[in-house]
Amino acid sequence: MISSINALLVVVLLLNLYLLGTSRIRALIHGAAIQGILLGCMPLLFYERFAPLPIVIALATLVLKGSVIPGMLLKALRDAQIKREVEPLIGLVPTMLLGALGTGASIAFATRLSLAPEHAETLVVPAAFSTVLTGFLLLTSRIKAISQVIGYLILENGIFIFGMLLLEAMPFVVELGVLLDLFVGIFVVSIIIHHISREFASLDTRRLTSLKE
Amino acid sequence: MNFLPDLFDLAMHVLLLLAMPPLLLGVINKTKAWFGGRVGPPLLQPYYDLAKLMRKDVVLSATTTWMFLAGPVVTLAAVVLAGLLVPLGRFDAPICFNGDLILFAYLFALGRFFTTAAALDTGSSFEGMGASREVTFACLAEPALFLAFLVLVKYSGALSLTRMLHAPMAHELSTLPFAPLILVGAGLFIVLLAENCRIPVDDPNTHLELTMIHEVMVLDHSGPLLGLVLYGAAIKLFVLSAVLLHVIAPFTTDLAVAAWPLFAFEMLALAAVIGVVESVMARLQMRHVPTLLVSASLLCGFGFLLMLR
Repeated sequence: MISSINALLVVVLLLNLYLLGTSRIRALIHGAAIQGILLGCMPLLFYERFAPLPIVIALATLVLKGSVIPGMLLKALRDAQIKREVEPLIGLVPTMLLGALGTGASIAFATRLSLAPEHAETLVVPAAFSTVLTGFLLLTSRIKAISQVIGYLILENGIFIFGMLLLEAMPFVVELGVLLDLFVGIFVVSIIIHHISREFASLDTRRLTSLKE
Repeated sequence: MNFLPDLFDLAMHVLLLLAMPPLLLGVINKTKAWFGGRVGPPLLQPYYDLAKLMRKDVVLSATTTWMFLAGPVVTLAAVVLAGLLVPLGRFDAPICFNGDLILFAYLFALGRFFTTAAALDTGSSFEGMGASREVTFACLAEPALFLAFLVLVKYSGALSLTRMLHAPMAHELSTLPFAPLILVGAGLFIVLLAENCRIPVDDPNTHLELTMIHEVMVLDHSGPLLGLVLYGAAIKLFVLSAVLLHVIAPFTTDLAVAAWPLFAFEMLALAAVIGVVESVMARLQMRHVPTLLVSASLLCGFGFLLMLR
């Protein structure tokens, strides 16, 4: 069980690096969708016995993170008619290297934490740290509003991974509430993106600071 | 040499190593044709091509020396020898000793040295360019290969290719350390694509000298020499695929009869996967290739980090 969870998490880590390295926004959305699908499978692996709630949360995650949210983002992308991220302040390769460094550091850091013995073997903690870091990097280094939304999504994915540790303790209602918040957030943002692109013909957030009447 | 596998398996190993590689190219081409909606050349076309080339005469440029002739011959010998070090499927390799993984890596390097030297020997500026690219990318692919081997050495505790590559197979499927193996598998796959000059690193079908890597180095080879080059490249693909299979598909069967067919089937499936990758991806810009190769090293390095944990 542990090794299959680790296998999933390694793919999540690989996707993090891929997201940091790609400049096409469509690829960014697809990567986030695949990550969402992988995360959706995770509650089923953590719960070894059959229970209805993990299945509900897995289904909700699969549907929301795997198809609904990426679908909305793709629609926003079509409306806004952009394809690529402009070259960010810190370039793509440096952010990818930063992400790789961060992943290495979180693996090293997680070995120093005194985790519960059943969690020490898994990659949950390093993967969660690294995914949160990837989200932060996307949020801070990218310029188009839509890539920043994806950064926010990845950030939440990291928190979701961390939540797997508390699966026994945290009620699923909380998880579902978080998912709902995320859904509403992305929903609102995609509407905003639509409006920004209609009004200003650019999604460059650098220009948003110099708005005038 | 520690032990010899029994004679039948030895014969099968050599037979597959020598006879199967062009078929892999055929499968790759057929897959690409299927994706493109074409019928494509017959599966055995690479064999026909080789037979045709072997019947032709050689045209030698007046500026070339013995180095030009040595290039294809030494390269072919090096990759065949490397193929004898790699275990195929669940069978042991014919040659196996501690540290043969270093010999394996440097047999490829030796072949590459002679190919590039032969290319430089022609004095053509195109071939010099190809040689320079080949060596640059090889420099970046080699650390990835060694880091991948390092992970497997750490995992198996053995220093020979046979025992090291058989380690994933010897364990129960559920106890395998999937996480490092996935990373190493991804890294080795990139190395496989780069070493064999497949898309996204190089396009084997392109015929524009300015953008080619491997093909441009062998522009002046003709007839049987070109045949040897193509045959050597096919064997290289076969050998690296055999290494990769141990990492990504450590399946074994208890049926002694089914073991060789299983291996052959896995090889053909991997060739089809390479065909799919070539069909759905465009070639990378030349300046982006180093990023890809560095990321292969990073993947294998992470695998090692996870092994150390």
